[in-house]
Amino acid sequence: MILAETMLFYLFATIIVVGALGVITGRNPVHSVLFLILCFLNGAGLFLLLKAELLAMTLIIVYVGAVAVLFLFVVMMLDVNFSELHTQMAKYKPFGILAGAIVTLELALVGLLWGGPEGQKIHFETLPKGSTEATLTNTQLIGTVLYTDYFLIFQLAGMILLLAMIGAIVLTLRRREEGSRRRQNIQEQMARTPADTLTLHKIESGKGVKL
Amino acid sequence: MSFDQFIQGAMTITLNHYLVLSGLLFTIGVMGIFLNRRNVIIMLMSIELILLSVNLNFVAFSNSLNDISGQIFTLFILTVAAAESAIGLAILVVYFRNRGSIKIDDISVMHG
Repeated sequence: MILAETMLFYLFATIIVVGALGVITGRNPVHSVLFLILCFLNGAGLFLLLKAELLAMTLIIVYVGAVAVLFLFVVMMLDVNFSELHTQMAKYKPFGILAGAIVTLELALVGLLWGGPEGQKIHFETLPKGSTEATLTNTQLIGTVLYTDYFLIFQLAGMILLLAMIGAIVLTLRRREEGSRRRQNIQEQMARTPADTLTLHKIESGKGVKL
Repeated sequence: MSFDQFIQGAMTITLNHYLVLSGLLFTIGVMGIFLNRRNVIIMLMSIELILLSVNLNFVAFSNSLNDISGQIFTLFILTVAAAESAIGLAILVVYFRNRGSIKIDDISVMHG
């Protein structure tokens, strides 16, 4: 049992690192998005190993189902010559390696000097009577805590999503200029009167009409 | 440390394994931002990678300390990340419509 968990961890970890490298070095952004989806799926697998079932499923639904597909839409919608963008990559390689080395050094320093997790566990008063954190399922526990102790932050998260939705709509809204496409304007149609549009001409016989 | 101890340490997955993995992911994400200075879409994807590594860290600590708060915070990070990528991509689409390219070097034109 422990062996299976170990094997799964190393499998997911290897694929997630390879996928992340694929994201940042991909020549074609469509491939990068697909590698990103691979990363998210394996991240969900790691969450399952850590007994966070709800978050694993949320990661798949929200990230793979919404965010990654949004990226895919935008990459395919924008008609950009991506190979031209990629040619400059060698110029930035030293900076990238330098930044990576610095971050690695800092993380290694923190890892060596850090003594291990400590601190007081938050005690939740809001759990249902007769149940402890051990008897509830992961989803039940998150629901019990999220809608009580973290209720205000939960509401704020909803506001942030609303803000993002309105922001994205307002940013990409575009009014088409007159003449590019004929559209029905109901107010204009209703306001038309015969006086505006009709004129009567008396035509003398034998003269014809000059158009 | 003997070889047997090393194997023993590698075979039982602890908090440290997850921390090293999330550190690796974080570093790859930061490198991605620097390597793809020209391509805003891949920069946004690198930011998603960084957020994924942070989420992994939170969930690993939540499991290790047996405390649900880490998972709650991960949920909020997911919310903010989704909002951020939606707004970022909307800005990108508007920018592409106006200029016909997504080169990040051209963006500094905006401040004159």
